Formats: sequence, C-alpha cells, structure tokens
Amino acid sequence: MSDPDALIEVRGLRTAFGTHVVHDDLNLTVRRGEVLGLVGGSGTGKSVLLNTILGLIKPTRGDIYFNGHLLRNMSGEERRTLQGRWGVLFQSGALFSSLTVRENVMAPMREHLSLPRELMVELADMKIAMSGLGPEAATKYPAELSGGMKKRAGLARALALDPDILFLDEPTAGLDPIGAAAFDELILDLKKTLGLTVFMVTHDLDSLYAICDRVAVLADKACVAVAPIDELLQHDHPWIQDYFHGPRGRAASSARGG
Amino acid sequence: MDGKPNPSVTSRKENGQLIVTPAGDWTIESVGELVREMRKIERANDHGKTVLDLSQLGKLDTAGAFLLSRSVYQCRTPDADWHFRGYHATARELLGDVVQNSGECVPDVNTSRFGFVRAAERIGVGLEGAWQEAVSTFAFLGKTILVFMASVARPWRFRITPIFHVMEEAGVNALPIVAVLSFFIGAVVAFMGANLLETFGASIFTVELVGLAVLREFGVLITAIMLAGRSDSAFTAAIGSMKMQQEIDAMRVLGIDPYEALVVPRVIACVIMAPLLAFAAVIAGLLGGLLVSWSALDISPAFFVSRLQDSIDISHFWVGMSKAPIFGLIIAIVGCKQGLEVGGDVESLGRHVTASVVQSIFAVIIVDALFAMMYLELDI
Repeated sequence: MSDPDALIEVRGLRTAFGTHVVHDDLNLTVRRGEVLGLVGGSGTGKSVLLNTILGLIKPTRGDIYFNGHLLRNMSGEERRTLQGRWGVLFQSGALFSSLTVRENVMAPMREHLSLPRELMVELADMKIAMSGLGPEAATKYPAELSGGMKKRAGLARALALDPDILFLDEPTAGLDPIGAAAFDELILDLKKTLGLTVFMVTHDLDSLYAICDRVAVLADKACVAVAPIDELLQHDHPWIQDYFHGPRGRAASSARGG
Repeated sequence: MDGKPNPSVTSRKENGQLIVTPAGDWTIESVGELVREMRKIERANDHGKTVLDLSQLGKLDTAGAFLLSRSVYQCRTPDADWHFRGYHATARELLGDVVQNSGECVPDVNTSRFGFVRAAERIGVGLEGAWQEAVSTFAFLGKTILVFMASVARPWRFRITPIFHVMEEAGVNALPIVAVLSFFIGAVVAFMGANLLETFGASIFTVELVGLAVLREFGVLITAIMLAGRSDSAFTAAIGSMKMQQEIDAMRVLGIDPYEALVVPRVIACVIMAPLLAFAAVIAGLLGGLLVSWSALDISPAFFVSRLQDSIDISHFWVGMSKAPIFGLIIAIVGCKQGLEVGGDVESLGRHVTASVVQSIFAVIIVDALFAMMYLELDI
C-alpha cells in the first residue's frame, strides 16, 4: 500500500455523524505531481472526505498522512507550515465578505509571509488575472461578484502562496464552458510549471477527461476504484458503468475523440 | 523542504546588454528580500536590453517569476529568445505566463476624507438616512396591516403553527429572564425609595413608589427592552439569512407572500405575548419591592398588599398594560423589516441585526414618552 510517490495517504478512514456512517474503511493515495479527480454520486461524502483531509472534520477512525507525517500528530507549527503549502478552493468560493477581492488574495500572504505591501498587491493582481478575472474585479467586494466570478476569486486566493497541493471542490461548477476550459488549461499549466499536486472533487466529465491523471470513485462508503480514466471505463462497478457510459459520459468521451 | 539555497541576484554589463543572473530558489517565501535589488536593476537600465541568465536558478514559482519578469516586462518583445540565457526546466514558460497576466494595477478606492465639510456631509447623510428609515418603517407597517386585514377576511390563511411557535420562542422562553430582571428592578426601586424617604420619616410611601413605578413604567419597559434585545435580533437574523439564501425569492415565485408567512405571524405573536410578559414582569417587580420592604423597612407583606390596594388606583395597571401590545407591535415590525432588507452578504446581515435592536429600543422609549405625555394630559 505504501507508495513512494505518495503525498497524501488516507488509511482506513471512518467518518460518522452520529449513527450515520459516511465513510467506512476508506483508503486513498494522492501521488506527488498528479491531478486526482474525485467523483461519486450526490451524498456519497466527497466534500466530507475533502474536509476530513483538510482537518476540518475529525474522523472517527483512520489516519491521514501528509508527506509521511500523520496529520493528527502534527504540532501547531508543523500544521501552519503545511497550511502555507496548500491552497483550498471551496465550493462557493468562501471569500471573506468584508475584504475586497485583492485583499482576499493577499490574506494568506499576510498571514504566512512578510512581503512588502506593494509586492503583495502586484502578486495578488497577477493571481487575479491568472484566474481569469479582469483587473477591475480587484477592488470589488465579494457581494458584488457573480457566482462564477466568486469561484475565480476563490481560486486566486487558493493560488496566492504558490501552493504545492491544491484542493478544489467542484471548481468548474457554475462556470461557463469557455471559462471551464480556460480553468482546465490553467490547472494543467500550473501542474507543469510548478509541479502542482491537485486533489479535485468534480462532476465535470470534460474536466475529468482533460486534466485528471487518475480518478477516484467514491461509492458504498469507500473508494471503490482509483485509476486513469481509460481503465475506469472498463471497471465493472455498476455506478461507474452508469457514470461513464450514460449519455453525458459518452458525449464527453466522444468530444475528446476517445 | 529545508536547506533551501538562499536566493540572490547579480547583474553586469556586457556588450551594452545588462545580464541579470538570479541564483538559488526564487519562491514566495524568500523573494521578499530581493524586491529592493530588483527595483534597482529595473531602474538602472532600459528594458529593451536586459538578458536573464537562468542557469543558476533553482526552484521558481510565480512570485519569483513575477519579480524576475518585471525587468524584461516593459520591452516590446518580452518573449524573444535573446532575453534569455542558460537552461531552466520551467522558467521560460512560467515567465511567459506571468508576463501575460501582469497588467496595470487598479488603485484601491480611497474615500476617506477629513475636515469640516466631510463631517457636515456625514451628519447630513445620517439625518437623511434616519428620516428615510422612519418613512419606510411606516410604509412597512402599512403594508403589514394591509396583509393582516386581507388575512382577517380569509381567516383560514392565518398560519397558526408559526404564530404559536413564535409565541413560545419569543414569549414563553423569555418569561424567566423578564421576571428576574423585573424582580431586581422592583427591589432596587424599593431600596432607593426606602433610603430617600426614611430621611423624611415617610418610608411607608415606598409602597406607592414601587407600585407606581413598576405598574406604569418598569414592568412594560423591561419587557419591551428584553423583547427587543432577545427576539428582535432573532427575527432579523432568521429572516435575513433566509433572504441571503434566496428562500424569500423562492417563496415569492411559489406564490407565498413573505409578509403573510413571516411577518404577520411574528406581529400577532408579539402583540399577544407582550402584555402577558408585561403582566408577569409587573408581578415580579412588585414581589421584588415587597421583599425589600419587608426585610429593610419591616413592612409586612400583608400590609404592603393592602396599602397597594388602597392607595394605587387600578388605572395605573391599565396604563402600563395598554402600552405593551403597542411595544410588541413596534418590535415585531422593526425586526421583520430589517430582516427583509438584508442584502446578499454577511456584512449587511450584521448591520441590519444591529440596526434592528437599536431602532426598536429607540422607538419603544420614544413611544413610551409620547404615552406619558398623553396620559398626563388625560389626567390618568
């Protein structure tokens, strides 16, 4: 099970809310430098798994390792270092509503680094441009942005510290197709130039085909398969069959010419 | 991740070109120290003639690339090959990305001005806002009465369950705190009165003092202020977060009138519960006064009660109670109105909850003063 390339390892995870068991004996490995997509039906606990890995939810049982270090045993200092090396994009952006977009992007820099303010502003504006927002968005407040723009601003904030690991919760949901394609391209680009590792919850089949190296499937309270998408197509789990061979799955796969 | 070579930069002139040689890891954690040196390099030359020697460069991320790119950024062909020397796995691509995404900074909007004009402006804006707020609150009251009347015409449209729910939440659950507060206020009034009146040898009038104060003012006022603090904020927060989640919009498109479903039940519940709470507050306040009179002045409970009956007219009780439903109405109207005015963000929710509590307490005290003047004129 131990993978030399493993960046994040989840072992024997059990998460339960009261009597409701979300995950039971779930194992998952995220390798360094890969883009891992996480799929699963609604209510299978994709976001719960993401939040558990991020340490926002305490698992009932099981271990989560970052770089071979047990998350549970990390000291406050180690955890802070780790938090400085990951970027998280929540489903609805989760921007701080009292700050402008630029200040939102600068927030992690202020927290973790001591850079001159001027440079922080310039870097923040660059991240805002990279995530596909126009320069006029920098001084706006989150309440003035549309859902898609909030998501892009959230991405800019997730990228603020040039993280090693990027966690994305449904990044392309709510984006127009052009924006979604640009998003895919940006992730591929960053992965190539920065050696980024991406853990991505998504329902966007086009994204799955375009950028994911491997896809993990959540079903029956565990991770039933982790494989490159071509191998997954052959998997005989009924949900996977429905997912990839349903009408939308076929459309996405033929669009990619595969 | 430790043992990082510190980043550094050197530059030299060569054949009229400026060769900039960055070395070490240029990442966001470390480039802060290089800002000044890079500025110097940027200022020292015209950008057309800069060459970046990438051979010494270690790790590079977008922050480092941004700082490097500024030295070649302003020339016409920042991507041209002669700008670069040496090999680095990702630097060229990263620099390209960064250059593409660097642009003019939009300055922060800075509205802070000082001085007399600014102060006068703020006062004016504040007054105008207060006036408009008052007008729109009356408009809201009117609209609520209209919807209420429409419901009276079709009584089956009253939503009984929410009415009782609010009555329990805002009324029954507030009973202990209202009673305890009123008890202590009654006790304090009795203490103060006893001290003062004893100097005249008239400490027996403590009974009248407690009776008048609690029956006419304190019972109902304590109730109203507790309701405003406790239930008003709850109304505004509940309706406001429904507004934020688009639940109000969903109601509207489903043909449910939010006034009918949210506002009217709260108004009815408050108008019914405020007098009941005020009554409990009056009893608790009298009890507080009675106990203090007994312990500090040796006025026996039986004597306290009989003197209360003899010297305090029942009209004082009705004066107090008559105000309670009006206060309940004010509180419900202000709370619901502020809730429905919440915008899309958390900030405005906080602002409106504050406004709701402040406005309702303010309105309650103003109306209480109006009542006092009215009853004075009427000699009650």
